[in-house]
Amino acid sequence: MSILVNKTSRVLTQGITGATGQLHTRACKEYGTQMVAGVVPGKGGTSFEGIPIFNTVEQARRETGANVAVSYVPPAFAADGILESAAAGIELVICITEGIPVLDMVKVKHYLVETTTRLIGPNCPGIITPGECKIGIMPGYIHKQGDIGVVSRSGTLTYEAVFQLTQLGIGQSTCIGIGGDPIVGTSHIDALKLFNEDGRTRAIIMIGEIGGTAEEEAAAYIKQNVKKPVVAFIAGQTAPKGRRMGHAGAIISGGRGTAADKIAALKGAGITVAMSPAELGTTMKAVLEGHA
Amino acid sequence: MNIHEFQAKQILGRFGAPVPKGQAASTSDEAAAAFKALGQPKAVVKAQIHAGGRGKAGGVKLVSSVDEARDFAAKLLGKPLVTHQTGPEGRVVRRVYVEEASQVARELYLGMLVDRKSGSLSVIASTEGGMDIEQVAAKTPERIISEAINPLLGVSSFVARKIAFSLGLKDKEVNQFVTLLTALHRAFWETDASLIEINPLVVTPDGRVICLDAKMSFDDNGLFRHPDIRELRDSNEEDPAETEAAKFELSYVHLDGNIGCMVNGAGLAMATMDIVKYYGAEPANFLDVGGGANTEKVAAAFRILLADQRVKAVLINIFGGIMRCDVLAEGVVEAAKQVNLNVPLVVRMEGTNVEQGKKILADSGIKVIAAADLADAARRVTDAIGARKAQ
Repeated sequence: MSILVNKTSRVLTQGITGATGQLHTRACKEYGTQMVAGVVPGKGGTSFEGIPIFNTVEQARRETGANVAVSYVPPAFAADGILESAAAGIELVICITEGIPVLDMVKVKHYLVETTTRLIGPNCPGIITPGECKIGIMPGYIHKQGDIGVVSRSGTLTYEAVFQLTQLGIGQSTCIGIGGDPIVGTSHIDALKLFNEDGRTRAIIMIGEIGGTAEEEAAAYIKQNVKKPVVAFIAGQTAPKGRRMGHAGAIISGGRGTAADKIAALKGAGITVAMSPAELGTTMKAVLEGHA
Repeated sequence: MNIHEFQAKQILGRFGAPVPKGQAASTSDEAAAAFKALGQPKAVVKAQIHAGGRGKAGGVKLVSSVDEARDFAAKLLGKPLVTHQTGPEGRVVRRVYVEEASQVARELYLGMLVDRKSGSLSVIASTEGGMDIEQVAAKTPERIISEAINPLLGVSSFVARKIAFSLGLKDKEVNQFVTLLTALHRAFWETDASLIEINPLVVTPDGRVICLDAKMSFDDNGLFRHPDIRELRDSNEEDPAETEAAKFELSYVHLDGNIGCMVNGAGLAMATMDIVKYYGAEPANFLDVGGGANTEKVAAAFRILLADQRVKAVLINIFGGIMRCDVLAEGVVEAAKQVNLNVPLVVRMEGTNVEQGKKILADSGIKVIAAADLADAARRVTDAIGARKAQ
């Protein structure tokens, strides 16, 4: 078991002919993911390293049975790409693209409510079920098959967490990067719910950062609903107010969204919070062994 | 991206929002001419900087003659204005706005922004205009009105009327408010704004609703669609190091500490700042070199870090995913040749091509303190400046 993706996932790449799309489609295929199609308007009928390319997502889905889309489409066209996959009935869309205008995502978010499509991202590293299926830009080799669910707003900080776990011999069930933008398709809560229901996941690491109130909402949700141990970390304890820290969503505005507020909410909900990013793995180990 | 009040008023005026007549001036003579051009007995001269609290800081004055307009402009221009938002050094006033004076019966607050939780635009309004809205929200949350705007419907008249009545507007004021809110909403969508704030929105004794102040911020990710708005960027209002970093597509924020940090990825960059603090020192900056950094970008980042005189040690933390450690190492070696590296340099690398990266640094002859992991890096860099706190 795992969540959302596994070895049966059939993946199409939107933007497969760009440098990023090529690089990561190749790496995902090498990892063992079934990369079944590419979509590039105007390049239908050609192929990339044996993967057939189609003009539309609808056609790619019909011809190859793809049920997951990953998008590396440039920011100006990325929202349209998500809408296209959703309209074609793709179950899961993972948008890696960074820099999509937030108002484009406002429209996308409202449209998706009317569909059965789940969106992960944008501005995220993707999702991986170690040993089965890697979709996105994360380095595959740092992961290890196991039973810890990882959900994070960040890319490289997630790699750091995964690396620490793997070094300690602790594997992961699925790792999801939900993305650093203000409006994302899948929230911490959505991922927590999936991990809570997943038979293989034994415990969860949640990595949040400053900005918004998603972590506070997640804390309340965990307290009410999640029976598995959760270890959390919040990045940005030293971030100043009113400044955007790289991620479009990482900004303390109107005095809300500080790391201190989030940590207090998490601790208040009985969640173990690692105070140093170097202690993500050891904190989880201690929790699993029952002494934290 | 932020713009000045007079620019925001020009944009909002274009969309049909009621804004007072006015003219920007960058010299005291221009301010005098602007007063004359308004042709009214009184006008308001307002300092134009990207910060709130200008009125309380003495940056706004009602004037009643050409000479008074000229004198007040001369007093402001070229000098720093310190408000509660500028920090103690203040911001140099390079322009003033000379605007017709308005009679004020009531002061209200009106804001529009993207609400992350609902994924919609949200209107925030309050009867407590002219005050710091964050304080109003903290002290008297019942005086804050908040309404979501469905992006597929836009501003429905009934929603606008509901807000207007909650603000205590009456008669003709209500319809003016509906028109104003519709104009703001159009302006928001058509300029990829991230915030519009009218504080105060005033009602005059004769029942007119006017935007007395205006603030607009824009979504940086949407600026590619608006070359006209991108031109309004005022680099005088930005940190020079941040402007330089932006040229290389580096995400850099200047802070007050003395450990320079270079990291890939925003989350890891924040976490690296946090661990520096955790071990007893303060980060000098946030710097995300991004995923696809090349040698040139890394070298630029390194130069920007070292140009900060307060930096006493540098910590490079790279988790190579897309970014390869050998590329990072080459960039550091390249930059170290160009600048005089006279502070301790701690490097922690992990991920793709890490062995090649380590070898490049080791063979370069640059004095590098290699760290085994994140905690070790934080220990070594804080040790290097004698600031380490025991954990």
